[in-house]
Amino acid sequence: MQHYNMNLTLKVWRQKNNKAKGGFETFQVKNVSSEMSFLEMFDVLNEQLVAEGKEPVAFDHDCREGICGMCSMHINGRAHGPWEQTTTCQLHMREYKDGDTIVVEPWRANSFPVIKDLVVDRTAFDRIIAAGGYVSVNTGNAQDANALPIEKQKADESFAAASCIGCGACVAACPNASAMLFVSAKVSHLALLPQGDPERKVRAVNMVQQMDTEGFGSCTNIGACEAECPKGISIENIARLNREYLGAVFSGSAQG
Amino acid sequence: MALNSKIPAGPIDSKWKTYKSTCKLVNPANKRQLEIIVVGTGLAGASAAASLGEMGYKVKAFCFQDSPRRAHSIAAQGGINAAKNYQNDGDSTYRLFYDTIKGGDYRAREGNVHRLAEVSANIIDQCVAQGVPFAREYGGLLSNRSFGGTQVQRTFYAAGQTGQQLLIGAYQALERQVALGTVTMYSRHEMLDVVVIDGKARGIIARNLVTGELERHFGHAVLLCTGGYGNVFYLSTNAMGSNVTAAWKAHRKGAFFGNPCFTQIHPTCIPVSGDHQSKLTLMSESLRNDGRIWVPKKQGDNRKPTDIPEEERDYYLERRYPAFGNLVPRDVASRAAKERCDAGYGVGSSKMAVYLDFASAIERYGRVEANKQGKPNLDKASIIALGKDVVKEKYGNLFDMYAKITGENPYEVPMRIYPAVHYTMGGLWVDYELMTTVPNLYALGEANFSDHGANRLGASALMQGLADGYFVIPYTLGNNLADDIRTKAIPTDHPAFIAAEKEVSDRINRLMNIKGKESVESFHKRLGKIMWDKCGMGRNAKGLQEAIKEIQELRKEFWSNVRIPGDINEFNPELDKAGRVADFLELGELMCIDALQRNESCGGHFREESQTEDGEALRDDANFMYVAAWEFKGESNFELHKEPLNYEVVHPSARSYK
Repeated sequence: MQHYNMNLTLKVWRQKNNKAKGGFETFQVKNVSSEMSFLEMFDVLNEQLVAEGKEPVAFDHDCREGICGMCSMHINGRAHGPWEQTTTCQLHMREYKDGDTIVVEPWRANSFPVIKDLVVDRTAFDRIIAAGGYVSVNTGNAQDANALPIEKQKADESFAAASCIGCGACVAACPNASAMLFVSAKVSHLALLPQGDPERKVRAVNMVQQMDTEGFGSCTNIGACEAECPKGISIENIARLNREYLGAVFSGSAQG
Repeated sequence: MALNSKIPAGPIDSKWKTYKSTCKLVNPANKRQLEIIVVGTGLAGASAAASLGEMGYKVKAFCFQDSPRRAHSIAAQGGINAAKNYQNDGDSTYRLFYDTIKGGDYRAREGNVHRLAEVSANIIDQCVAQGVPFAREYGGLLSNRSFGGTQVQRTFYAAGQTGQQLLIGAYQALERQVALGTVTMYSRHEMLDVVVIDGKARGIIARNLVTGELERHFGHAVLLCTGGYGNVFYLSTNAMGSNVTAAWKAHRKGAFFGNPCFTQIHPTCIPVSGDHQSKLTLMSESLRNDGRIWVPKKQGDNRKPTDIPEEERDYYLERRYPAFGNLVPRDVASRAAKERCDAGYGVGSSKMAVYLDFASAIERYGRVEANKQGKPNLDKASIIALGKDVVKEKYGNLFDMYAKITGENPYEVPMRIYPAVHYTMGGLWVDYELMTTVPNLYALGEANFSDHGANRLGASALMQGLADGYFVIPYTLGNNLADDIRTKAIPTDHPAFIAAEKEVSDRINRLMNIKGKESVESFHKRLGKIMWDKCGMGRNAKGLQEAIKEIQELRKEFWSNVRIPGDINEFNPELDKAGRVADFLELGELMCIDALQRNESCGGHFREESQTEDGEALRDDANFMYVAAWEFKGESNFELHKEPLNYEVVHPSARSYK
């Protein structure tokens, strides 16, 4: 692979804090290597800003290997940028060429208030999990792990749903800022396993109720969430959530 | 001060059983009055916080990330060991214990390691009950694979995302307790000091990273579950935020630091591509189940790997270690890669890489698949296509990650890999109950030093984190707190809290007022280079002595020339990082001091002065069969205490994987 260097124009959302009014600021970044990750390009920008005595751009990141779910940039209008099934930290600069302009914004959703610059508050997701995204089993109660065989296909489907990293790209991509893909991934992960079965109704109802309380929008089957999900979580999970939810509500057995 | 490891008396396989049935208990009403602080929410912290919450303790949990689910345990790829013997291949609690002791090159405690092996099976049961979707066979039962340093298949896994799935299991258990009100969660909070009152840890000073405010939190006990310190090397497989700060503050408050120089360099990581590199990415050890490691037989061979014929390749691990082949432990595989590259056989543009090749695995799996489908005479191209599908199912996410980072297709050309800092076996010294030398201050998971000796075997970190959190601390904490039930919550206007907060605040102000010229990042890089060059895969007395001086000078320069933009009372990641790098600048020196005093090679610690004729690590049991526990006495002043290691069951011998 041929490596090259490039100069870029960045338009980045700056916002001092949750109360301040934000706006775009334009930067020139020079000598960016095509081998850098997108966040390493931001490291270069920030080093440049520190050298100039300015405040660096705040952005969330941690593992830089696409699994922690912390990075969260909206790049040229797309959550996590242009690559399919890729988090921002795994997007690499060989995507861009010399002279490109890149616009970078935070996740935009009322339920994800901006903390600073590109950093948003996603604790709403934690509260949705706390509302029912678990199996109620205390430590020490478990039977032998192989006592209950699980059909491989079910286990694989459950794993696919469980691979959600909770980054919030689905919400950021959705014109309604709906969290249905996130909620449905957790409901599916657990509903597909016998261990999750006893609480399936109350889980679906409570998690949906918490999602509504947090102010996320409703799902109108646009599919942007699936398209932008870095882990390829399928929109079929939303259909399953709807079945789980309606089943729970109509059976009348679940108290929200 | 004499170190008391508190290993229970009796035969190895009854120590933990006896402990559990005789330890003191706290009744449910009293548990509700006892407050526990848990710092860090990775596997150790989340499992401890959830389990203690379930038991009725009042728990406060802290993490610096925006959510407990982000802790770096999430990035663990390959798997978790457990002595289940589901494969009927001769596994047992004893064998897992033995492999771990040997893997650690006889520098771990027998009592702790046996306990770890005993509870390993419970961990898998617990995780399955929580809904962790481990990989399964067509019959519906759990699947296993092999990891380095073992000859059985005892590793449970969920594709290449085992850490993620285990952490989400623990995180969900934690969030359940948050909903029930037994755990209060403080995310985007960083612990900046331990508060010690009458000789016991009774709370912490934490900084709210969003507002910059300092907070005082009381706890009858404090649990540090804050992970390892591999980021002292700047480049490592750790997350960007992983740091030593919590453990280091504890060390400065009296907690001894155990074996700080014991660092694990993982053999299979994507090589450094340039100066811009901010972190290194691991390619799971599980890949060594199927990938074969090689370099060209000719020095400086610039041909494409696919153009180098079989007979001109040196599968050096298979050549040197026929019994374990590509599945030798990490320290051995890393040194062997370095040896080849240093000798001029490295590949890629930097020549600091070796190949990890799946071609033969793809063909082998393709043939099996063709037979399964009743087409034994399929042409080679179709067989390879079938084989690629099998490999994709096993390692797809790792291959994708490799392709994204390097721009190369690992299904077609071999991966290029090189060793990178991955894990730290050293950490806060703890006794059998996981308590540090500061009463009521505990360390769990990677943050402690206890179970892996001088080298950790693959798939053992997840095991240890969850063992400590789910199955050890719930017993050992009660045994101590049973004597504390009359201690009322101490108000946080106690002078010790005020003094600790002032100390933290003064340090932050000092940092901000330096107003120098050089960025935090730049100091961190310079420290990392010293550490990697002189306290990395090969260490010698001269280099270590130089490193100690260089680090002292760098630290001086940092405290007079670092530039931290922004303000104290706001979200300021540069300030957060400055505090962490300042602590790394102290830890790095201690690591070199420790590496210098340990004039032997063992596990991941390779002193060039101490090797066999064929370049293997040469232990010196007569002089170094101890845990080095360092006491902080002031800047650049550490006192060594030795905890002798007694082997009652396993007889230490030269570790051989040949």
